[in-house]
Amino acid sequence: MSSSDSDSDTSMKEAQDKGFVSALDLPDVPSQKLPPHLELRKTRVLCNADAPVNTDTIQYSGAYASMGVDNSLRLDHFSNNFRVEVTRLTEEEMEFDMVGINPAIANAFRRILLAELPTMAIEKVLIANNTSVIRDEILAHRLGLIPIKADPRLFDYLSENDKPSEKNTIVFKLHVACERRGPRIAVKSDELKWLPNGSELHKASEGSNPNAKVETYTSFTRSQDSLPEFSSNPVTVYPDIIVSKLGPGQEIELEAHAVKGVGKTHAKWSPVATSWYRMLPEVVLNEEIKGKKAEILKQKCPVGVFDIEDLADGTKRAKVARPRACTLCRECVRDGEEWEKRISLRRVKDHFIFTIESTGALPPEVLFTEAVKILEDKCERVISDLS
Amino acid sequence: MEHTSFGDQRNATFSLTEEDHTLANALRFTLNQDPRVMFCGYSIPHPSEARVNIRVQTTGDPAREVLKDACQDLMQMCQHVRSTFDNAVADFKKGSSRE
Ligand code: SF4
Repeated sequence: MSSSDSDSDTSMKEAQDKGFVSALDLPDVPSQKLPPHLELRKTRVLCNADAPVNTDTIQYSGAYASMGVDNSLRLDHFSNNFRVEVTRLTEEEMEFDMVGINPAIANAFRRILLAELPTMAIEKVLIANNTSVIRDEILAHRLGLIPIKADPRLFDYLSENDKPSEKNTIVFKLHVACERRGPRIAVKSDELKWLPNGSELHKASEGSNPNAKVETYTSFTRSQDSLPEFSSNPVTVYPDIIVSKLGPGQEIELEAHAVKGVGKTHAKWSPVATSWYRMLPEVVLNEEIKGKKAEILKQKCPVGVFDIEDLADGTKRAKVARPRACTLCRECVRDGEEWEKRISLRRVKDHFIFTIESTGALPPEVLFTEAVKILEDKCERVISDLS
Repeated sequence: MEHTSFGDQRNATFSLTEEDHTLANALRFTLNQDPRVMFCGYSIPHPSEARVNIRVQTTGDPAREVLKDACQDLMQMCQHVRSTFDNAVADFKKGSSRE
């Protein structure tokens, strides 16, 4: 601000020397920048000791029209400023920074990840025998929640009138028995064995026609493992989940049919364990904190946001070393008003630290791109409805 | 799906089925960022019915066109997000395989 002021001052002087003043050179004519206090309100949440303030985002395009500042969306502006930086990426989890986007859109991505991205999950369980202590319906529910490692994009939805086929159903079988004189055993999820040829249980037929072909509960026209997508990587489930425990003489025999679905129908279809974001914390020291106080400040923070630096003259001064680690516990601003004045805790409104924990069906980075695609599809649907 | 008062194209309520806050809130944002929009907001009439009503009032253009443009903007933003994200992931993978 000050530099542009002095610029206009000099140009005004020149103009006055020439004998006229352009209206645009007057110091109170709006520039394209917001005054600092409004810029702060627009871009930061202030986390005061009692409550956070300025939590809303200013969306209306004409919000600053009286100051000559345009708040409307310019796509080129968005494209130039939007940034993504991956900080952690494994097969199951990723964390990345998304900068320069409105929470309305970041939240849409999060909501889609949780509730609208399809996966495969066990929906139907045919129980042939269950003498364990766990009841059929509880057992079926537990099976439903086991993550299945199969790419849902290779399958269709099974609608009401469809027959279960190799295109929309994955069949597993589970048959475990505990010996009469043996020790008790735990049935783990890896006992679920994939049946690429579909169901093996026969449907009870009414007429006893011995020549009729026996019908099973699925009608596969070909084996799933003959498909190129599955021949090299067979369908498995997340191993090491205890399904049930069996005492001596107990037995479970069942068949489980997995179909495609989305998380808003039932959480078992959610592709993420969870997905969340937080805004980037910003810790600002409003004054120099030196000596004893610096030590106290460093002690106060449980996650070690502050460090102490030694100045040339031998005194110690606190500095903010790891603001990203701040959990906003507000411990540092608690002991009286003077601490509140010394430290400002803020959050950057358009900087999101986004975390995705996949359940295993798809890697997290694929989940995110799929989520963005779903939002695009939604827009496309509205556009076509309107035209 | 669209309800306009007779002869007035500027103000309309759009009723989208099978949608919720996910799309409506994102659209409200892009609509609000459009200088032609005087007012916009959305509501979900009943929580167990999958439907949102989006209200758009403009300064003169037909509300339907403005909503269409808002969708278009959102879609372009999504495309940009996707390509930026893919690049960032590729960069990260390249960086970590070198180590
Ligand atoms: S709010 Fe808590 S975590 Fe953040 S700097 Fe203060 S004491 Fe540390």
